[in-house]
Amino acid sequence: MANFTLRVSGSSREVAVDPDTPLLYVLRNDLELNGPKFGCGLAQCGACTVLVDGRPVRSCVTPMSTVKGAIETIEGLGNEESLHPLQKAFIAEQACQCGYCGNGMVMSAKALLARNPRPTNEEIRKALNGHLCRCASHNRIVRAVQRAAKEMQS
Amino acid sequence: MTSRRDFLKAGGALVLFFSLENSLGQTAPARLPGSLNTNRMLNAWLRIDADGTVTIYTGKIELGQGIGTALAQIAADELDVEMKRIRMVHGDTAVTPNEGQTAGSLSVETSGTAVRFACAEAREMLLAVAATRLGTQDLKVVDGTINGTLDYWTLAGEIDLKKEASGTAKPKAPSEHKWVGKSIARHDIPKKFTGGAAYVQDIRLPGMVFGRLVRPPSPGAQLVSVNEESVRKLPGVVAVVRDGNFLAVAAEREEQAIKARAALARNAVWKETPTLPPSGAALYDHMVAQGVPAQTMLDKTGTAEAAARSLEARYTRPFQAHGSIGPSCAVAQWTDGKLRVWTHSQGVYPLRNDLANVFGVDVKDIRCTHAEGAGCYGHNGADDVALDAALVARATGGRPVKLQWMREEEFMWEPYGSAMVMKLAGGLDAQGNIVSWTHEVWSHPHSRRPGQSKGSHTLAARFLDKPVGAAPVGDVPLPSGGADRNSIPGYDFPNVKVLKHFIVDSPLRTSALRTLGGYGNVFALESFMDELAAAAGVDPVEFRLRHMKDPRARAVIEAAAKRAGWTPAARGWGFGYARYKNLGCYCAVAAEVAVDRSSGKVTVNRAVSAVDVGQTVNPDGVVNQIEGGLIQSASWTLKEAVSYDRTRVKTRSWAEYPILRFEEVPPVEVVILNQPDQPFLGVGEGSQGPAAAAIANAIASATGARLRDLPFTPQRVKAALSQTKAM
Repeated sequence: MANFTLRVSGSSREVAVDPDTPLLYVLRNDLELNGPKFGCGLAQCGACTVLVDGRPVRSCVTPMSTVKGAIETIEGLGNEESLHPLQKAFIAEQACQCGYCGNGMVMSAKALLARNPRPTNEEIRKALNGHLCRCASHNRIVRAVQRAAKEMQS
Repeated sequence: MTSRRDFLKAGGALVLFFSLENSLGQTAPARLPGSLNTNRMLNAWLRIDADGTVTIYTGKIELGQGIGTALAQIAADELDVEMKRIRMVHGDTAVTPNEGQTAGSLSVETSGTAVRFACAEAREMLLAVAATRLGTQDLKVVDGTINGTLDYWTLAGEIDLKKEASGTAKPKAPSEHKWVGKSIARHDIPKKFTGGAAYVQDIRLPGMVFGRLVRPPSPGAQLVSVNEESVRKLPGVVAVVRDGNFLAVAAEREEQAIKARAALARNAVWKETPTLPPSGAALYDHMVAQGVPAQTMLDKTGTAEAAARSLEARYTRPFQAHGSIGPSCAVAQWTDGKLRVWTHSQGVYPLRNDLANVFGVDVKDIRCTHAEGAGCYGHNGADDVALDAALVARATGGRPVKLQWMREEEFMWEPYGSAMVMKLAGGLDAQGNIVSWTHEVWSHPHSRRPGQSKGSHTLAARFLDKPVGAAPVGDVPLPSGGADRNSIPGYDFPNVKVLKHFIVDSPLRTSALRTLGGYGNVFALESFMDELAAAAGVDPVEFRLRHMKDPRARAVIEAAAKRAGWTPAARGWGFGYARYKNLGCYCAVAAEVAVDRSSGKVTVNRAVSAVDVGQTVNPDGVVNQIEGGLIQSASWTLKEAVSYDRTRVKTRSWAEYPILRFEEVPPVEVVILNQPDQPFLGVGEGSQGPAAAAIANAIASATGARLRDLPFTPQRVKAALSQTKAM
């Protein structure tokens, strides 16, 4: 066991866990965040994605000992009363069926829009290509990212 | 339970008597609409409270298909209330009606119809009280307020919903609908994009521990030895469970459970035996060679010219996985001999039945409550993991257990969609019309769901020291069918023969994957239509219309062709049509593909679908289902097959089971042919079969190569191209 101080969505949290514990379990079980999901544990599907210093990271394969930067999860973007433009856009486009992959889609889209505020559809597809969606909401997700980009521009 | 069919088999004069009266000689109750027929009390379906809310209880569960919102739309319209007043309660054996499985694209048809008639009757009852109070029949309801003076919330106490539905209440005319027919935003979505507690994975109970499994390495493996003690000493371990071939751990923390699982797996010694069938092309010969006798499902003879030309073709479909993005998960807790389970099962009552059979307890002592999981697309590991969690929870001293499968367990142990062989034969007369048609299908079962009277179909039941088996399954009977779903063509052919070889034993467990046999059968049927059209020298759309009388079928075929800009000369386009189950929605798909001749890679560039679901409740929900089904089918069709050798399943992760990705997903357009005056028809499984055929037919159109073996991997396409002269 070792003590870690995590900076998550603007606040500081202390946890005592084994250094090799994947960040995902700390976020879900110690911090009780529902956003990041266990999908594969192999960095293959993207459901567990969070941002570390603004970059998308697969939290299921990220040991606590390697986490140095500021973490942002989907909870940090906004809540139902005060939605982030991406959350608003995903809801407006009804961009899911089951929604289990949605956390990763939103977080990677946030990183994309930070470095490329006006992406083409092709750039969005490329940025999200490492994320799996089984219900096949891909086209809606691309539309949602475009909608959010427009709103964030204005 | 003795089915009506068994009575008919019994034969004799008693048949009529028994079909009209039950065994006590009482007249059978009148048939009520939808699921009201099996859950007949009004208060089973709704409750109106003084606080200005309406609660709707449904046995159908939300699995991301939007059923909660669609049912709320129906209820709001029949009751004349705003949707925000409606609270939905899904699938809980303590509080909701028993509507069996949420399957077969039946939820709007059965539950929606029940909610519609129950709410219409409740409204009539409220208005009857209001009429007396106000001394007028001239009543107008606005959001539950009657003539601006009385309201439902104060009158609720004066009506008694604890009575059997009459089934004679008059639902609203479509022109009076305020909510039905509109794309109301789904209620389940906001929490899914804000980190709300949306899934069974998000349940956290006081004292909860985490469970993980050690499954056998292969379906035929037997546990020889395992050192449980060494694992019990690991940090955080609360329990190590061994019962026959069932092995599991529970720990205080999730990562500790995962480490304990790995340690237990390392020291477990198994004896493995090769129990699996051959794979690849040999599988299909093996299925046919088993010699399971054919059942004749249809033998229709009519008058027609003799065939001038005959064609035959064999199509195959491999074992395919549901591949939920989130592995199956459940939470279970035992308290004083009573079991509580939170589950994403599609049927909480059937699951409860199986758990009772495994544990030997009364169903009254088990409560199963639905909580959403990741999309399941049929019978995945949801029920199995509920038993797993309950088995582990017996060893945790009353502490609740949350157990989620690892990715490899999901891929190795979910019940697959069955491999299938479809042999088709057809005859054309001199004018190029189909005069004879034969469809012969070989398949394992497509439904091994919980809910049998004895035993259990849950996976771990068979692993136990005292294994609990299940009776051999039968096929889902026609007209909806299972292995033979959609094997009977909807076209008007004078002579039709449909044969089924139902291979009950399957060493690889199979059960319901979205569409059951419909995907394989429609792929074959609609591919063969194109093969015959080509032989007749007729455009595929024209050829379909020539053989189709049903006006609703013709309408979707024409609408899809029109939206696609279909022309007989267009290369690279393909068409497919089916009415799902021959009972559900009508759906046509046109797809355009590009084939890279050097790599063999097929890209779907564009897809168009037209669909008739009867009365449309939520147009965006319909589009979402048709589009999602179409793209999922493109993934099945181009990429997916479970791999295995004679002993082990080799598919363990997404690396071995690639699915369609963003850069491969085509734009999809959906045209809805709304029929406001027609009954609801389920939509969730409408597009998969037609999409597969459309892609196969488009490849043939683009290259001249006919692909008959799913999936159309680059390797297969290249092999087919090499046998076809460059066009």
